[in-house]
Amino acid sequence: MDFMVFQYPMISVQACLDGILLGILFALIAYGMALQWGVMNIINIAQGDLVILGGYIAYFMYLYGIHPAWGVIVAPTIMYFVGVGLYKLVINKVVDRDLFISILATFGISILFMQLMNFAFGADVVLANSGYGTTFLFDSAVVLPNSKIFSAFISILFAICLVIYMKKSKLGRAIRATAQNARAAKILGVDTEKVYAATFGINAALCGVAGALISITFTIHPYMGLPYTIRSFMIVIVAGLGNLPGVALSGMGLGVFEEFADYILGTEFRIGAVFLLLVLILVYRRFKLSRKREYLK
Amino acid sequence: MNKNLILYAAILVFGITAPFIFSAFKVQLSILCVLIVLALTWNIQGGEMGYNTFGNILFYGLGMYLCASVQVGMFFPLAEWTESGGEKTFIHTPTQFFQGMAAGLIVAAVIPTIVAGLIGYAILGLRGHYFAICTLGLGVAAGEISGGIEIIGAGQGFTTPPFPDVGGLEARGEFFYFLSFGALVLTFIAVRAIYSTRFKLILNAIRDNEDKAEAMGIQTMKYKIIGWMISAFFCGLAGGIMGGLVGYIDSTDVAFDGREMGVFMVLMAILGGKGTLWGPVIGATVFHIFKEGFWTFFLGWQYVALGVLIVVIVIYFPEGIMGWLREKFPERFGETIDEADRKAQVELK
Repeated sequence: MDFMVFQYPMISVQACLDGILLGILFALIAYGMALQWGVMNIINIAQGDLVILGGYIAYFMYLYGIHPAWGVIVAPTIMYFVGVGLYKLVINKVVDRDLFISILATFGISILFMQLMNFAFGADVVLANSGYGTTFLFDSAVVLPNSKIFSAFISILFAICLVIYMKKSKLGRAIRATAQNARAAKILGVDTEKVYAATFGINAALCGVAGALISITFTIHPYMGLPYTIRSFMIVIVAGLGNLPGVALSGMGLGVFEEFADYILGTEFRIGAVFLLLVLILVYRRFKLSRKREYLK
Repeated sequence: MNKNLILYAAILVFGITAPFIFSAFKVQLSILCVLIVLALTWNIQGGEMGYNTFGNILFYGLGMYLCASVQVGMFFPLAEWTESGGEKTFIHTPTQFFQGMAAGLIVAAVIPTIVAGLIGYAILGLRGHYFAICTLGLGVAAGEISGGIEIIGAGQGFTTPPFPDVGGLEARGEFFYFLSFGALVLTFIAVRAIYSTRFKLILNAIRDNEDKAEAMGIQTMKYKIIGWMISAFFCGLAGGIMGGLVGYIDSTDVAFDGREMGVFMVLMAILGGKGTLWGPVIGATVFHIFKEGFWTFFLGWQYVALGVLIVVIVIYFPEGIMGWLREKFPERFGETIDEADRKAQVELK
């Protein structure tokens, strides 16, 4: 336990800013999660592994001398096809079935991806250096790497683009219609199979963007996927499906929570704190809901 | 009934003589016993109650740490033991070892049961996928947190007391085999006894429609918690035995190993056929044989194989071996099928 955060206010400011910038990234992943959960009713445990895969794409661009920021465009393009392929191979067989089947199947995919990435890219912790330098605020008391600001900016840009796309385009309308009522959409001539594939592809593409940004800003490692899945799940259940401002806000809240947990409990408990927070949120939800039920009685 | 009795006797005789017949596979057989125990206990939740948990690994790991801690802590300072990292500064005498093991196993079974009761009260109200993800989070959180606690070895691991010098490696193998076989027999008897009472029907009612069960006047919460506590008891026991067998406890790779054990127990129960008594036993046996074969011949690719296996089993074989048998030979399961129905089915094909 270390309470330095509270003794020096500037550290708190630092933690808050770091957390918010990190949280915007989480919110982007959670947006993808909410999208495919809402449309296909699937919980994708492999979400985090798609993020890491996207991160490796940016990392390899960096290795071959291309600036990793271009990964923001390349990674989602590749990941879109990975997502569609994954849908055609596995996900389409679990769409209409029990949610647990989808959880377990995607858990299998997650293990598979984890290990394949471990073989292909090695078990080292890597990062793609963007060389963006840092910004100093408040007489150098708060240090913000420019890459973090860049990644938050790009995340917001992608989220806004996607929202507009979902509102205006034909495919976006079809996706929203399928989310509302898949059967009715099918009757009205929407090819739901195609919509599902596109949704999963878009989800994977969002993961790709987030992964590329994470590889620039933080570090990536083949086994780091599951925490991202859990974070996005947590954000989605706190915000609720189809509540975009909520997703953004709870994403930032989670980011700030994590930074503070990091300072107070120590880095080794960071992931543990995230998972415990998930359990606590679910338990809180349960007691809140059961109180509501009693009230109805 | 008579036929069943012969079957049980044959299995018991096989179980007792196995380590002497297949003496090279003693460790494998002990692991098989532990796996069957885990699959059987998972089946109480996943199969009978319809609560698909990833969190039984929590009790397994807890039992493992508790058993080893008690076994060491009864005679030596625990902190110094883990500090020395398995160097033999302290040596258990045979009496100390066996006393410690006995006390450790009791603690390893009882405390997870209590923990299951407490946690169960909080999270068994969650339904469906929320429960699944919550338990997944619990398992990982336990692993991460135990990996940060100094007194049980933190990241560097915890060496369990080495087997005392009585009879060497042979005796060690036999001791752990009979321990795990005993745990298996105990679990099987307990589970079988539970399944022949009203309790199982209540669990099935919860699985089929929890709201309706509640409306019928069943206190579902109570039964769910009791079911989970029973699971936790045997999971903790299995964990304690496994800790001694492996000889080394690491927080995320051995104890709270959601990526291996935590998935294995789900997979074994589904492979064998969830919701049946024999399904987990068959599933665990088949899975263990397959796994050992695969793990030996394709070293390094085992997780890839595991991932593919999970996807294939879950998508193409969700009913499991018992479900498949049931469809093939319904008469053996005491189901009668209308002759006209069968003819219609044949004609359809």
